[in-house]
Amino acid sequence: MTRFWKWFWGLVAGVPIAVFIVWALADNARLFLVTTLNGLTLAALYFLVASGFTLVFGLLRNVNLAHGSLYLLGAYIGWVLGDWSDSWLLAVAGGFVSAALFGLLLQVGVFRFMQGQDLRQTMATIGLSIILADVMLWIWGGQIYQFDPPRWIVGSTTLPIVGKFPTYRLILFATSAVIGIVLWWFLNRTRVGMMIRAGVDDRAMLSASGVNVQVVFAITFAIGAGLAGFAGVVGGTALSIAPGEDTRYLLASLVVVIVGGMGSVVGAAHGALLIGLAEQFGLAYAPTYGIVFTFVVMTLVLAFRPQGILGRRS
Amino acid sequence: MSAAQWRKAMNFSAATREWSGGRATPPAVLRARSGSTQPPARETPLLTLLWRQVSVAHIVVLLALLLYPLVATPFFTFQIGAQALALGLIALSLTFLAGYGGMLSLAQMTVAGIAGYAVAIFATSGTSEISLGWPWWLAVLMALVIAVLCATFIGWLSVRTEGIYTIMITLAIGVAFFYLAQQNYAVFNGFQGFQKVVPPELLGFYWRDPVPFYYLALFWALAGYFFVAYLIRAPFGIALQGVRDNARRMSALGFNPTAHRIAAYAVAGLIAAIGGVLMVWYNGLITPGSVGTSWLINILIIAVLGGMRHPIGPFLGAIVFVLLQNFAVDLVDRERFNLLIGVVFLAIVLFSPDGLLGWWSYLQARVKRTGGQSQARRSATPKSGS
Repeated sequence: MTRFWKWFWGLVAGVPIAVFIVWALADNARLFLVTTLNGLTLAALYFLVASGFTLVFGLLRNVNLAHGSLYLLGAYIGWVLGDWSDSWLLAVAGGFVSAALFGLLLQVGVFRFMQGQDLRQTMATIGLSIILADVMLWIWGGQIYQFDPPRWIVGSTTLPIVGKFPTYRLILFATSAVIGIVLWWFLNRTRVGMMIRAGVDDRAMLSASGVNVQVVFAITFAIGAGLAGFAGVVGGTALSIAPGEDTRYLLASLVVVIVGGMGSVVGAAHGALLIGLAEQFGLAYAPTYGIVFTFVVMTLVLAFRPQGILGRRS
Repeated sequence: MSAAQWRKAMNFSAATREWSGGRATPPAVLRARSGSTQPPARETPLLTLLWRQVSVAHIVVLLALLLYPLVATPFFTFQIGAQALALGLIALSLTFLAGYGGMLSLAQMTVAGIAGYAVAIFATSGTSEISLGWPWWLAVLMALVIAVLCATFIGWLSVRTEGIYTIMITLAIGVAFFYLAQQNYAVFNGFQGFQKVVPPELLGFYWRDPVPFYYLALFWALAGYFFVAYLIRAPFGIALQGVRDNARRMSALGFNPTAHRIAAYAVAGLIAAIGGVLMVWYNGLITPGSVGTSWLINILIIAVLGGMRHPIGPFLGAIVFVLLQNFAVDLVDRERFNLLIGVVFLAIVLFSPDGLLGWWSYLQARVKRTGGQSQARRSATPKSGS
């Protein structure tokens, strides 16, 4: 019976998508492929932001609603560093390090004292995100900032059928894939990663086996925040940085993590792919209803698999 | 309700049954209800309960609220009084959901915004290409129906997961609606939204004038307050609090937790929708900014600031919020209002999770301990009535 339903829902969802792909390819193959590539690029960026979010949530049970602010903070500080040193790579490193340090400060200075109080932690992150957004607006003003990446990644690459495509977006996709693999290696092959995974499963047991969980928590929070800051510089180079981007990437992380399953990095990759593609196809084929596609994906996942694609029931 | 109160009510009803049973004509107080075929014994406890809850403080507060426009300037009546009442009503829906249902929804402003947008679209506005120009009562009715349906849908989506996930799902829904309203020009008129959405002229009043609008908002705020105060003691409210405290046990007792939660979303949706209609009339316009992230969070701030233990909390929070919003310019730079409100919110979350009501009961307890009970009562009146 379950097999029947699997096939049934597979057909219900699969047939219209297949029909759409065939129609889109026949109608305008270039538009379809460009949209797909754009969707993949966006998915890569969303994965970078959301992986940190889901990592922190999985281990600390802290819904960090200031994650978007960390993205923006990393982007601004990266920009200042890049402007001062004329080095884009230094900007990327600066974004990662500054956001990681700030995250560490938050975990050690604020969240450590509210361990286990999910709701209070979440509300504290809301308060922090308001304060951070306003302080950043104060310092950097309302104007739009653009990075100055090195020349070798600014141009465009010629691809079959698609034609010219910005090189930087391809690099972004590759970077994200590398980060994903490194993250997987870190979580599955190193000692600290093993501790983090053990903490996701059972915090009390990890603590009982002689591990200082506070250190593990601090490391995890720093990595999660650092990834957000890294994504800030990398994403800010592809698009731009301006006030309001924090909300955009917070929404993206929320939806990606809800769809992919909370606490699962692989789930975040799945969710990012679905949402990135849905958003770009929405923008290309139904411009004023773009966000609806994202929402429909989220609704469908919640309706049929409330814990997310790769999530586990708590 | 405490056991002592319950016993009192039961005793009194038993006495009343005896007392009214021997009479041929019911006393004047009960005349209004003697027409119904129900035996008076079933209804008396309710009346007694209601009467028992009315204290001197209630009457003073009510009088202060009613007389407020006579002493206040139009600015204080409209910008402070009416806005606080309308915002308080929206925050009340969150207090009901979060305080009594345990579901912290950030989408209450979205529900209010949907009602506001519906009023703008169905009634008249500055954008005549989209607005349908229906009579105001039909438009308001449609707005309430649509908003309640949307709230039920949001509830259905978010109760599928539990606890902390609710806040994420409702925030995602709220922000998604903001982007939809901003992107879409066919229905929501995009970035500009709708201007000149005003209440009708009725009974010789223009309802957007400060004093009539104040009384309109006051009426609905009181209605919402008493509705929630009643509901949390009604069987549904008690069951909802049971679901909040232990869903599995309630389920074992034969209640349906999911149905109770979704029903709570629908009820909260109705309250938020009324507040939303008031807000759109207050502002005279609705734009995507009215349902943006900052406003989603402002409603949470108002509810947390006031305290979620009692339905009066959101109104207290709204008064403080509106006062801060209007007079922050005297304290800090006008541009830095968000910083101020963020710091205030963070301070409340860190140091007083029960908000102003928490401080209040703390103060009360301290005063009681030192033996100065009369002092507590004297300072009670201006605080809850301001």
